[in-house]
Amino acid sequence: MADPELERRPEFATATVAYAHDLERLWETSPGIAGWLSTVDHKEIGIRYLVTAFAFLCAGGIEALLMRLQLAGPDRHVLGPHAYDQAFSMHGISMIFLYAFPVLSGFSNYLWPLVLGSRDMAFPRLNALSYWIYVAAGLFMYAGLAIGQAPNDGWYNYVPYANREYNPGMNEDFYSLGMIFLGISTTVGSINFIVTLARTRAPGMSVNRLPILVWGTLTASVANVLAVPSVSLAFFLLWMDRQFGTHFFDVPQGGQPLLWQHLFWMYAHPWVYALVLPAMGIVSDGLPTFCRRPLVGYAPVALATVATMILGFGVWVHHMFATGIPNLALAFFGGASIVIAVPSAVAVFAWTATIWLGRPVITTAFLFFASMIVLFVIGGVSGFMTGSVPVDWQLTETYFVVAHIHYVLIGINVFPVVGGIYYWFPKFTGRMLDEKLGKWNFWTMFIGFNVAFLPMHLTGLWGMPRRIYTYSPDMGWTTLNAITTVGAFIFAIGVAMLLINVVISLRVGRIAGANPWDAPTLEWSVPSPPPPYNFAVIPHVASRHPLWEDRLGESEVTSLVTRGLLLDHGRETIGTSPLDGDPDVILKMPGDSYMPLLLSVGLTMGFVGLLVHLWWLAVAGAAVALIAGVVWLWPRGTLGQRRVRHV
Amino acid sequence: MSIRRVAPAAAALLTLLAQPAAGQRPLGYLHGEGPKAWPVVQLTLGLLAIACVVVIVTSALVVVGIWRRRVTDITDIRSVPPTRAGGGLRWIAIGLGISGVALLGSLIWTVVVLAAVNGPSRPTRLTIEVTGQQWWWKARYLDDDPSQQFITAGEIHIPVGEPVRVRLIGGDVIHSFWVPALAGKMETIPGQINETWIEAGQPGIYRGQCSEYCGVQHAHMGFLVVADPAEKFAAWRAAQLRPAQVAVPQQTGATLFVYHCGACHTVRGTGAGGTVAPDLTHLMSRGILAGDVVANTIGNLAGWIANPQGVKPGTRMPAQDLSGPELQRVVGFLQTLK
Repeated sequence: MADPELERRPEFATATVAYAHDLERLWETSPGIAGWLSTVDHKEIGIRYLVTAFAFLCAGGIEALLMRLQLAGPDRHVLGPHAYDQAFSMHGISMIFLYAFPVLSGFSNYLWPLVLGSRDMAFPRLNALSYWIYVAAGLFMYAGLAIGQAPNDGWYNYVPYANREYNPGMNEDFYSLGMIFLGISTTVGSINFIVTLARTRAPGMSVNRLPILVWGTLTASVANVLAVPSVSLAFFLLWMDRQFGTHFFDVPQGGQPLLWQHLFWMYAHPWVYALVLPAMGIVSDGLPTFCRRPLVGYAPVALATVATMILGFGVWVHHMFATGIPNLALAFFGGASIVIAVPSAVAVFAWTATIWLGRPVITTAFLFFASMIVLFVIGGVSGFMTGSVPVDWQLTETYFVVAHIHYVLIGINVFPVVGGIYYWFPKFTGRMLDEKLGKWNFWTMFIGFNVAFLPMHLTGLWGMPRRIYTYSPDMGWTTLNAITTVGAFIFAIGVAMLLINVVISLRVGRIAGANPWDAPTLEWSVPSPPPPYNFAVIPHVASRHPLWEDRLGESEVTSLVTRGLLLDHGRETIGTSPLDGDPDVILKMPGDSYMPLLLSVGLTMGFVGLLVHLWWLAVAGAAVALIAGVVWLWPRGTLGQRRVRHV
Repeated sequence: MSIRRVAPAAAALLTLLAQPAAGQRPLGYLHGEGPKAWPVVQLTLGLLAIACVVVIVTSALVVVGIWRRRVTDITDIRSVPPTRAGGGLRWIAIGLGISGVALLGSLIWTVVVLAAVNGPSRPTRLTIEVTGQQWWWKARYLDDDPSQQFITAGEIHIPVGEPVRVRLIGGDVIHSFWVPALAGKMETIPGQINETWIEAGQPGIYRGQCSEYCGVQHAHMGFLVVADPAEKFAAWRAAQLRPAQVAVPQQTGATLFVYHCGACHTVRGTGAGGTVAPDLTHLMSRGILAGDVVANTIGNLAGWIANPQGVKPGTRMPAQDLSGPELQRVVGFLQTLK
């Protein structure tokens, strides 16, 4: 049992001005560049994730527009074949690895402690490390583009074309090392989410009261921890083959090209679900606010989220139907790929019912969330078609699949993300985004997107293969491609409108107040933007909708947000039990630190050394990282945890 | 809007999309020309119809749901208090019930089609070994009698109405063998042999294309499948087996060809015996050049030899140091390879 001297009973009271002032002093990041480089505040890190992810979205968007100019008509010469191959590879890498997942990490980093009633993530410094490595790995891969040697084998990077024999430049070295590097960020970030969920929630925040966003990010994080090793291994083996002549994928020496495909897709298929489940969570949490009623079917939707991920680990072979795997085996994977539509259907019907049984308030955020249901269904049914083995033998590697993946990634990721920005921007900044420009923003994006990608299904059915840099006029694809190019530019204008709205509203947007949407969850109980310590007193949660309890009149006990545990002996938050959310420990949280940044710098040096064969630089980088790690982990008495005696 | 009324309308629309102008979309796969393609086309159209119905119905539900009880005045969202009306779970139950039936039906149909196209219904008499290479296709016609085997490139002839087995070899990187009107894709993977089969129900010329990204000229890795009636196919095959005859006026061109091109290309009956590039013994019997970049005309042929990188940037074919008259002689010789 616990050492009685470690036990402490925090006071249960209302915050006073002096107490809040103390907290401010304890938690605030020091001003200026020093604070900027050393902060571990999850809100600061969350915003950085969002901004950086949008920067990569814009880069990937420019690559896409260049490709659309090249494909606008037959036999055009905007990009040559070498440039085109790098453009589509970097487009995929940017959107899938550097935008779609990090942007969700941004939302989750910012929102998790706020919706869970905590003062920070479980490992604040790991959070900072995850961000710095993400930036470094992204720039590492873009450095290849800067010297004209960007990855050029598409985002799934099949061997043997990626082998040195066929691809002698540095292109694939940037990709291999960059992905191993990025995998570190994803892994530590995911572990942080899992532990945060298990330990740092407000008392009473039991698992059946978690917002769906939390379910989505948790599920995605568990999946990442299981899946990322597969792709890191694949890229490590490829790098070994390329640099040291090992034979994992070297066919004349007995290497296996299909080994790559299995390792890659065992990771990449779950990854696609990791890109959409948290975004679906954004819709599940945001839509009810504007429908003025709780989500229909909370438990089925939460379970469907988990079920999707579990099934998602059993469908990777549907990317490999044309590789000569026996048809009997394909039938099983085809079946799994069709069955996975069931949990998705649960979410669709839950959202639709929420709209029907609610009173939809037509805000910009609502339009993005509600339109996502339609786009989700389109991406879902095209995915269901690719699950049918004989049909997929025709669909695969044509523009039908390109249309499908864009309905999935733009429909189920970008639309919820933009809706989420309209929804939470007031919380992030204290100001509202302009609703009028917002409506223009929505309709431009929605129309542009569908003009670009709905006809693309037909482009695929009429046989246009993926990844061809040009086509001849007698193939019958000219008109459709011209339409898609026009739509792509309209869509790009829509994205630009969002950025303009953000820039304008940061200065002159209407002041939001704590809860401008009259939303039900904990993040809206604190001021906008929230203070560095989030919650002056640790709230006590009694239902799924703490701020709607008075009007729904359902729960017998009420949640407490103004009275709660006072914790001000240094940076502190409460630790709770994993399932029920019973408080059992006072967690001492670490202060700001340069070590995450230094560790990232060391790792960057190391990866650059490996890239250019400066082995001394690689060793020096490893040494820097090691030193940073030692300083980081050096035991400190002030971080000793205290058990809580009954509160 | 009843599903019963929407479904046939959608199906009719889809059939309309599929039918006309098949010739104008040579790689389209909403029409099939053989027993391996037909059941798959039906399944594709069927699933597409289901997909369209699902999209139309759910979109209508969302739009009507928003329209019915919408609140457009957003100045004070607090004026619309949150409430909880019951009955929502029924939506999920009914929705899942309908989806479940559709999914199960699709799955069963899929498995039936998969079994139907798994292998040819009759024993095959012809096996062709097809090798995908950067960026052209080699075809070896197999036969128990080695003297009856031959190699060609870019154009594969098959007898109409007869199933043909295709053994797929990966020559360098992964490619994918795809003749949309006859069959779906099968990758050619180095280190393993994949098998597929094709059968043309009608005589005709069917376009094929590499459909797995394989490098800078992936866009130009096309081929043709020519389905001929039995006699015509037999005649073609007999002609392919014959070596080239070099007539006296072409001796200089042939010599130049052997010297400049023979390390990579084969022309049976001459000293040119290279195996890394297409066999040209019957070049003039083919309609396309350079993996379907250009038609096989005398001008295109000369231009291709004179400047391969200009015609197909990145191609493995190097430019040759040939003077104008030499080029003419080589082309003159090639023109005799009927």
